Amino acid sequence: MTVVPDRTVTQDVTSSELLSVIASRELVGRHTVFAGIGLPTLAASLAHLTVAPGLEIVYESGVCGAHPSHLPETIADSVLITDAEAVLSIPALFGYVLQGGHIDVGFLGAAQIDRWGNLNSSVVGDWHRPKVRLPGSGGAMEVMANSREVFVVMRRHEQRSFPAALDFCTSPGPDRARADGIRPRGAGVTRVITDLGILAREGLGEELRLVAVHPGITVDQVRSATGWDLQVADTVDTVEPPTADELRLLREDVDPRRVYLR
Amino acid sequence: MGPAAPNSPPADRRRPPTEKVTTMREAIAAYVHDGDTVCLEGFTHLIPTAAGHEIIRQRRKDLKVVRMTADIVVDQMLAAGCVTKLVSSFVGNSSAGSLGELRRRIEKGEPEPLEFEEYSHYGMVGRYLAGAQRLPFYPLRSYGGSDLPSVNPAIRKVMSPYMAEGEQPEALYVVPPVHPDVTIVHAQRADRLGNTQVWGLTGVQAEAVFAARRAVVVVEEVVPDEVVRSDPNRTVIPAHAVDAVVVCPWGAHPSFAQGYYDRDNDFYRAWSQISADPGRLRSWIDEWIHGTRDHADYVAKLGAELRSRLAVGEALSLPVNYGRRR
Repeated sequence: MTVVPDRTVTQDVTSSELLSVIASRELVGRHTVFAGIGLPTLAASLAHLTVAPGLEIVYESGVCGAHPSHLPETIADSVLITDAEAVLSIPALFGYVLQGGHIDVGFLGAAQIDRWGNLNSSVVGDWHRPKVRLPGSGGAMEVMANSREVFVVMRRHEQRSFPAALDFCTSPGPDRARADGIRPRGAGVTRVITDLGILAREGLGEELRLVAVHPGITVDQVRSATGWDLQVADTVDTVEPPTADELRLLREDVDPRRVYLR
Repeated sequence: MGPAAPNSPPADRRRPPTEKVTTMREAIAAYVHDGDTVCLEGFTHLIPTAAGHEIIRQRRKDLKVVRMTADIVVDQMLAAGCVTKLVSSFVGNSSAGSLGELRRRIEKGEPEPLEFEEYSHYGMVGRYLAGAQRLPFYPLRSYGGSDLPSVNPAIRKVMSPYMAEGEQPEALYVVPPVHPDVTIVHAQRADRLGNTQVWGLTGVQAEAVFAARRAVVVVEEVVPDEVVRSDPNRTVIPAHAVDAVVVCPWGAHPSFAQGYYDRDNDFYRAWSQISADPGRLRSWIDEWIHGTRDHADYVAKLGAELRSRLAVGEALSLPVNYGRRR
């Protein structure tokens, strides 16, 4: 088991476990979540067992209401199809489910996020001759534009992934859409869960602000790991560390073979 | 009827029912030419890998490849020197890592630059939908505020001609149709005429086939007509949209065919290492593609142990009653 140095108080909790548990708690009261593989699947699966028993996970591949016999290794794992409630075509999934407005929370990752919750998953450097070519949008742009709200999980809270300006904006939040003359729909990013704490914003016109830190992390640490002058809530909570119950469910029921809990 | 529109599909598919079953070698020779726009679809499921390998064996050049998730088979075609342009919305090795050749060509222009026309997933879907319906564009609610339109001038903004009373006119982004010279998809089964049945993830195969001028369907098996007709709702591509049917068991490896074989996750993970080293990548292509006569030879080389590991058990659907008038 990898021990996260210095950044968490509980020495025997991995960063994947910590981020999954914190993200799962944020899903309380939500009904439909659009989740990719990895931490989002872990968070949504744990929420299903804890704070959001009615939660439906919708996968980009077209699967709704999956009942997998094993933890899926990809968004298109055959175990997601067998016993599923519905398997839709890609035009139906993106057109009717996502653009039709049926997703409460979309989970996204990114290489970079800015103060408004705009995301870069395309390139490091210039698009035409990038230092690093990343996979690109996939469906992220549509998840951002059409979900009621978006949660972002960032494994490392540091200046290069929280820059003052993105190298490239792949998936814009509602403020950028409006500035471009396009009527925004969802709130964009409302939660950013990192290894240092939680950032939040409500929607249009709001910057991300620090609302919680993990035990042992100071507000100044988070501010100095952020590439812009980070807004801080009047009251910054301390995140409750993962409970024994949450960890047991995660380790024994959700990912017993530790596919993602590295 | 007037003359066919320039982008209409060929009329000769509507010939009297004839067998369209052919070999992979003949299908690629007949339908994929140097310089063509070739669409390979299959959204993580039923990826037409065997067709990509045969394109490499026949050393096609200057292809423009259209594919939503440019993954291992695209990296292989790039490394084999078949491709000058890529149209795609995701350029990664699934969640298993990187595509080495694609990154070298885009990041360093080595061994030669790759023209890349980039979209989001729904942008690509919109291009297939517009292509299949012979529409001039397809509107979407995404792209507003994204930097993608600044690097892809094909993504444009229009004003909606409709508005509710008291509302401001609404702007939307649109994408253009795509009309591949040929679309190649993989499926579980078809009849000899090309009625193609898919289950599990059906992806965007039907739209990609209808958008194209020609279509080749590669299947795990050809089944008797009555098998298809016992469950017509499972046919996602009708015969009149198909030019050739190729029987090619395990033709989607390392991806999977629901109910036939599972995904070879070890190979996906291995690809990030293989493709990271140009020399190792070329050796792989020489050994596994040029070094095999055809896909059956490739499958034999995979070995019985691997095929047994990827074998799946049964989960049969219950039949439905279509009814028969008495």
